[in-house]
Parts: sequence; structure tokens; C-alpha cells
Amino acid sequence: MATAVEVHDLKAWFGKTEALHGINMAVEAKHATAVIGPSGCGKSTFIRCLNRMHETNPEAKSEGTVRVGGVDVYEMPAVDVRRRVGMVFQKPNPFPTMTIYDNVAAGLKLNGTHNRKILDDIVEHSLQQAALWDEVKDILKKQSGASLSGGQQQRLCIARALAVSPEVMLMDEPASALDPISTAKIEDLIFELKQKLTIVIVTHNMQQASRVAEFTGFFLMGNLIEFDKTEKIFTNPSDKRTEDYITGRFG
Amino acid sequence: MPNRNISLRRQMTDYFFTGLAASLSVIVVSALIAILAYLVLRGAGSLNLSFLTQTPKPVGETGGGMANALLGSVMILGIASLFGVPVGIGAGIYLAEYGRNRLGQLVRFTSDVLNGVPSIVIGLVAYGLVVLPQRHFSAFAGGVALAIMMIPTVARTTEEMLLLVPHAVREAAFGIGIPQWRTTISITLPTARAGIITGVMLAFARVAGETAPLMFTAFGNQFWSFSANQPIAALPLQIFTYAITPYDDWHRQAWAGALMLVILIVGTTTLVRFVFMRRMLGGAR
Ligand SMILES: Nc1ncnc2c1ncn2[C@@H]1O[C@H](COP(=O)(O)OP(=O)(O)O)[C@@H](O)[C@H]1O
Ligand SMILES: [Mg+2]
Repeated sequence: MATAVEVHDLKAWFGKTEALHGINMAVEAKHATAVIGPSGCGKSTFIRCLNRMHETNPEAKSEGTVRVGGVDVYEMPAVDVRRRVGMVFQKPNPFPTMTIYDNVAAGLKLNGTHNRKILDDIVEHSLQQAALWDEVKDILKKQSGASLSGGQQQRLCIARALAVSPEVMLMDEPASALDPISTAKIEDLIFELKQKLTIVIVTHNMQQASRVAEFTGFFLMGNLIEFDKTEKIFTNPSDKRTEDYITGRFG
Repeated sequence: MPNRNISLRRQMTDYFFTGLAASLSVIVVSALIAILAYLVLRGAGSLNLSFLTQTPKPVGETGGGMANALLGSVMILGIASLFGVPVGIGAGIYLAEYGRNRLGQLVRFTSDVLNGVPSIVIGLVAYGLVVLPQRHFSAFAGGVALAIMMIPTVARTTEEMLLLVPHAVREAAFGIGIPQWRTTISITLPTARAGIITGVMLAFARVAGETAPLMFTAFGNQFWSFSANQPIAALPLQIFTYAITPYDDWHRQAWAGALMLVILIVGTTTLVRFVFMRRMLGGAR
């Protein structure tokens, strides 16, 4: 059992408001960890601290340590952190002016990889990993990423994140804007992906958490209330507040 | 039935406002068409080969043309765009991506004030900056004057167009480790391209017809000049010179010059759109 991401006493602010009050968590490598909790409890803020996206907000500040593969993310350039720790957002956000191919290749091209063969291989491999290759292989360079359906766009965004070979993939409610069939495809994908990399997924949907994740953390008002095996969280939580949440008494 | 009445009233209101909006649009469009039609009516007859190939004839002789003024306008506008567009776009990028601070506020305020400064004052500034130190009028000085006029429009439209690009697009780029400057150049700017080009063309069209700032910068010239360093003719200057004379032939040429100016602006705008918009699907470069 190896730890991919180690979070120690992590605090985060928006201006003067403290959104996270000291989080400790060890994320298991090559497994999926779900982050659940009511709206506004700090789930997005938490995962955005893991790849230093939090600090792209001019108001934002954070404190504590986050180690990825044993290295403190604040000791690395932020752009390197974000290549090692990829991110998929709630709403699919392909680059609107780029073709499908260029969307996937963007992370490599814009960081200096221009070898056609290498790019072609990585684009194909990433799209296959994202289970989108068969649907787009004939329109790769003809159509814009924005011309795809919502579910396809989200898988395109996953392929785009995979193309820079991250060790960890953060997913912030990746299926909440999608229809049930697209959602099922994303869940299948998570199953495949966690053979190769570590996944942290925020979800509103408790069935989803129990389907895809081995571990689950329950957040409430900026605190990590309970973090354990998913099964334990959903069948026999130790904390009364976790039980109240999963049985639907609040949130 | 009361329901029926309400929906009827709503429908009437709907028709009324749709009609109102349509008629107002017609007014706007007819003003434009009327101006263009009148220009064609008065100018087209004199817009002949000699107009396009010859320089002005001395007073008293008929014939001649505005070929040198057309070239002069092209040169001055080229120089103006060369300086004005990059500076304006650069300032716009700064304002949109980094300008949430004191300096940003100052630049924004200054550029709005600059936008309102009368063009003749800008001409005087260019006279002081370029003509006085060099001790002669020049196409370059005219270009500088027009560039100064283009900058605020280009800067502010660039800023607005970049701010219209959804934050999610920038986040997507940061999320795969693309540095901010790269994101701006390769992702945000291309996304806002159409709007920025429109802003640049608007600024271009606006300064293309300026006369006052050229009077003591480019100055005008009755002869050919191919140098950026010499006084040069320009369509608006030549139109002005001819329009205030008592000669019918020169009046006709002034009309033709005005028509030529409009053709120059519309032609450039169309060409630029064609070149830059043809492939809206740009790649990652
Ligand atoms: N951009 C922001 N500016 C200010 N406060 C924010 C911002 N984003 C989130 N917050 C606040 O931080 C807290 C946590 O938000 P978030 O992490 O988005 O919650 P969740 O993802 O669990 O719904 C909330 O109280 C929210 O109001
Ligand atoms: Mg959230």
C-alpha cells in the first residue's frame, strides 16, 4: 500500500474566510478516493489545493503541506505540479477554438513537444484511455472539441488531462452535468484509469462514490469528519454526522 | 374569456415592439445607404483611371488624380497599425489578465480619457514628439498621430473581448500545466480573436478618415513620395484641400476621393476578416 498524495494540516482561505480548517489525509496510490459532503463544505477547495489550482484565484491563500509522490508541491513550480496532478472539472471545458486533436495535444504542444509521431501516438493513446477514440477517430482534425456532445466533451477533457501523463487525476463532480449513460461511461473509465493512476473524485452522488471508490472522505464545513474505506463509511460510519449525512438527514 | 384577452394583448405588445425595433434598424441602415449612395452618385463618375494613376495638376488645369494621396493613406495607416495594434493589444492583455490593481485602473482611466481627446490635439502631440525634433513633416509623424488614436480603442476592446472568454477556458489550460503567458497567447487570445479583430478594424476605420491630426504631421504633398521620412499626401487631406476650392473639377475629385476612402476602409476590413476568420478552427501553436 503506497501513498500517492499526503495532506498535512491543510488550511485554505478565500480572502479572510477560512474554507478549510486543517485537513489530514493520505490518498492511496492507484485507487480511487471519493470526497463527499454537502454543498459549500470545501470539497472543491480541497482538491484544488492538491494541484495548486486554488492559488489561481487572486483572493486565495493556503497553508500546510501537500506531498505528491513524496515531494512537497510548494517546492515545485506550479505548472509542474499540475502536469503531475491532472484535473477534470464539473463542466466540460474543451478549448473552443481547437480541433479534437489539438485539444488533446495542447498540454504537450504548448510545452514544447512538436514531434508529429510522438503527438499522434499520445493523442491516440489518450483518447483510447478515455474511451473516446472510436467515436472521434475520423473527425480528429476536422471538428472542434466544442462540437461534441456533453459526455464526449467530458471524456475529451479526460483525454486532454491524460495526455501529459499525470500520476494523480482530480475530478470535481465530473458527471454531475451529464446524462445517465454518459455518467456510466465516466464511471467505467474511472475503473480502468485507477489501474494506472490515482484518482480523487468529488461527488454529490453517494451511489457513485460507493461504486467507484475504495476510500471515501466526508467533509463538513471545512473539516474532514471521517475518512475510511468506502464500505465502512456507508455501512458503519464512526461519526454521528457522517451517518446523518449518508442517511439523508441533512445536506 | 379573460385568458384569451391577456394573450391577445401580449401578442399585440410583442408585435408593436418587434415592429418598433425593426423600423429603427431600417432608419440606421437607410442613413448608411443614403450616404453611400450619394457618395457613389457624386464620386463614381470621376473615379477613373487617371484619378487612380496621376498626381494633382497645378491650379487652373483640369484632370490629374489622387494616386499619391491613396498611396500616402495606405502608408500612414500601415505605420499607424504597425505601432497602434501591437501596443493596443498588449495593453488590453495586461488589463484583462493582470490589471486588477492600481496600475490597471490608471491605464484604464488614461485610455478612456485619451479616447476622448480631440484628434487635433493628438496631431499637435505628434507634431511636438516627431515633427519638431526632426524639423520636418513626415508620413512617419502622421502614422504616430493615428497610432496614438488607435491605441485606446484597441486596448479597451481587447480587454473586453478577453474578459468575455469564460474563466473555465483558462482553468482548463492551467489545469494541464500551461503557464499563464502561454495560455494568454495560445488559448485566450485565439478564443477572443473575432472580437479583437472587430475592435482593431473599428479603430482603423475611425482613424482612416482623420484629417486634422495629419495637417501638421504628414502635411500633404502634391507629388509622389515613397518615403516615410518625407511629407506625404493623404486622401482626407487632399479631399479637404480640393473641397474648399472654387473649382468644379476639384469638387468632383474630392467626391471621388471620399468614395475612394470608403472603398479603402471597406476593402481592408473585408480582406482582414477574410484572412483571419477563414480558419476559425486554429490549432495549438
Ligand atoms: N471563489 C470563491 N470566493 C470566495 N469564497 C469561495 C469561493 N469558492 C468557494 N468559496 C467558499 O468556500 C467554501 C467552500 O466552497 P467549495 O470548496 O466550492 O465547496 P464545495 O465544492 O464542497 O461545494 C464555501 O463556503 C464557499 O462559499
Ligand atoms: Mg464544488
